Amino acid sequence: MKVTSDHSAKLTLPTDEQILIERKFDAPKHLVYKAYTTPELVKRWWHANRGEVTSVEIDLRVGGRWRYVMTVCGGPEVGFHGEYREIVPNERIVTTEFYEGVPEGVSEDEATTLNTATFTETDGRTKLTILVEARNRMTRDAIIDSGMEGGLQDALDLLEQVALSLG
Amino acid sequence: MARAATTTDAFNAVAEPRRREILDVLANGERPVNDLVGLLGLGQPQVSKHLRVLRRVGAVEVRDLGRQRLYRLNGRALKPIHDWVSSYERLWSDRFDQLDVVLEDLKAKEQGDEGDQ
Repeated sequence: MKVTSDHSAKLTLPTDEQILIERKFDAPKHLVYKAYTTPELVKRWWHANRGEVTSVEIDLRVGGRWRYVMTVCGGPEVGFHGEYREIVPNERIVTTEFYEGVPEGVSEDEATTLNTATFTETDGRTKLTILVEARNRMTRDAIIDSGMEGGLQDALDLLEQVALSLG
Repeated sequence: MARAATTTDAFNAVAEPRRREILDVLANGERPVNDLVGLLGLGQPQVSKHLRVLRRVGAVEVRDLGRQRLYRLNGRALKPIHDWVSSYERLWSDRFDQLDVVLEDLKAKEQGDEGDQ
């Protein structure tokens, strides 16, 4: 298995319905929180180098809505949206999340996840954990599968798998 | 879902936090159960149960050496599981690498503001 450094995102699946993402940052939590909740700052990091974030709307209050839109490598726009359920400034944000590109026949209700972001500071460094809770395992697995859509490395990995299967 | 259930079963076996700890220990070499019990602070029944789950999906292998049973990691079995999850993990890694850049800017700005006061 890959040896992950302190700076890599670490992903685990605590249960059949959950995804847990953890990462430490060399910054105090109020700055990580700010970068996480300020539209013009979110635009600068959420694209993950896979395209451009074209729109970020954040209504940061309980019951408020958020919506992020991005294009991947000049492709069509894909949108994500949800509603804030709980906000503890600099500590914790609970939101729903729905990917607007889910296949036909999958209801918004079924595909919506509950995401909890927690900011914990130790010695001036911040651990960010994001817990994604899906309604069921199928939705959870579909989210992990979606990672396969982006990036050259993914394409190369697929090519390698095909090559290996031919050998 | 097109993905074979066996892959997700194996991944779930591997992803459980305590089992991940067992794999982390075994990544450094073969160990008997007693070592794992000592290192993880779990009871032997729990460790044995986790090892059974890991063996069932091929993530660990066992061999007998004298009176001891030694457990070791089977990296080959873990690769497809790792491949499946790693691209999603990489999405977040790439996202957070960009966030690092934003945070450096915010830190520099904050320090600059303090210097002005």
